[in-house]
Amino acid sequence: MSAMESPAAKTASRPMIHTATRGNGEAAVAAADLKAKLKIRNLNFYYGGFHAIKNVTMDIPERKVTAFIGPSGCGKSTLLRTFNRMYALYPEQRAEGEILMDGENLITTKRDPSLIRAKVGMVFQKPTPFPMSIYENIAFGVRLFEDLSKREMDDRVEWALGRAAIWGEVKDKLSQSGQSLSGGQQQRLCIARCIAIKPEVLLLDEPCSALDPISTAKVEELIHELKTDYTVVIVTHNMQQAARVSDYTAYMYLGELIEYDVTDTIFIKPRKAATEDYITGRFG
Amino acid sequence: MGNAEHISKQFEADLDTTRTRVLQMGGLVEAQILAAIQAYATGDPALVAQVVENDARVNGYEVAIDGAINHIVVKRQPAASDLRLIMAISKIVTDIERIGDEAEKIARMSKRIHEQGAHHAQRFPAVRHAAEIAVKMLRQSLDAFARLDVNSAAEVLKEDTAIDDEFRSVLRQLITYMMEDPRTISASLDTVWVAKAIERIGDHAKNIAEQVIYIVRGTDVRHTSFADVERELSKE
Repeated sequence: MSAMESPAAKTASRPMIHTATRGNGEAAVAAADLKAKLKIRNLNFYYGGFHAIKNVTMDIPERKVTAFIGPSGCGKSTLLRTFNRMYALYPEQRAEGEILMDGENLITTKRDPSLIRAKVGMVFQKPTPFPMSIYENIAFGVRLFEDLSKREMDDRVEWALGRAAIWGEVKDKLSQSGQSLSGGQQQRLCIARCIAIKPEVLLLDEPCSALDPISTAKVEELIHELKTDYTVVIVTHNMQQAARVSDYTAYMYLGELIEYDVTDTIFIKPRKAATEDYITGRFG
Repeated sequence: MGNAEHISKQFEADLDTTRTRVLQMGGLVEAQILAAIQAYATGDPALVAQVVENDARVNGYEVAIDGAINHIVVKRQPAASDLRLIMAISKIVTDIERIGDEAEKIARMSKRIHEQGAHHAQRFPAVRHAAEIAVKMLRQSLDAFARLDVNSAAEVLKEDTAIDDEFRSVLRQLITYMMEDPRTISASLDTVWVAKAIERIGDHAKNIAEQVIYIVRGTDVRHTSFADVERELSKE
């Protein structure tokens, strides 16, 4: 219990995740050994005059799935969008603070945002296949960053589609339009497109909200597979989904990070009454 | 525990109904023990029959509450304190049902003891004393469940040592008794079963109290020492 917390707390390199206060020893120890992929420090975000993210400080552990939950408008999607500078497309939106990836502050870096997005890929709520063939959907992004031979590109397309668990379903129709696929297949195609450029972090913004339960199960299975190689961050309205797929869960409310802990702790014994009320449907 | 009510009134009502049923079941079982102990003292065959008959009602409660729990899990996927409450009720109900079985066992044994001579039961006031502690423990554990009172639950845990002591004392007396007069062995063995049943009731009451602590604190205190429990409860 608390005895497990104290030695770990002394480890400076330990990601800032509140570990279990109850007998969840393994998870607590694992948390102590984690490496942080993203270090978020005093992050504030503004839509013009509206203060949407309020002083968030947290670490996103490497090769784990971190879920963000919270009611609509709590800032979870906004937070996700700061991780790959998606907001920079809109002049009135502004972020302050630090999002450190491998020591580089993504907010102030002078690097081309598209290079950041190649490292930090994003999949959206609605599947967004490009109006081109399944093959081109994957190859298009790869060409922006790499100069591959036809053979190498074929291999990359097959690898990405295989990794996204959709190769078997599309291998005989790679020249067909990506938009001819079902919703669930389109979403996995988008994940494949994301992985094809070999990012390090995958941001999933409600990836299953437009999908049926079977497709949802496939995407969730995929998320589980992907975390062996990638750091996955998922925003979801479906609390059961957060409980199923994530290792760590963060609860946000009105732009603030209320509680962040091992997923089991959040869903069995959250420490804050506000989290408890939201999780149990007492919110209001 | 969440302060506000659930947004879903139906969920709130389902949880309330289930909680109430657990308490009703507990009340019935408490009455069963009292009747069984009365039967042990008096040998009243009508009372014995009544206890045996009522055990079916106890079993009925168990099945109904388990059904209600399945219903809640399937419909609501409870989390946090709701999850702990549901998991705990599922275990508490099993303990209450077993207490019911022990009451029935006491009633049946009492009948046999009295068939072998009424004087036997009167010789062991310690049995009735242990029974009083057991009933008190059960009552207090159910009360702790109703009010979600961890301190009250902790007292039940402490009480369990007292009942274990009583049991050992009854056992010692019975052994002496049997050595003095081997003709009493049969009735004495039946009395051991009665005492053992009472001791088991104490164990089940303790389990219920442990579940109350789990519901409120989220801490699993089963198989830990009383000192550990006290330390846990003194936090915050």
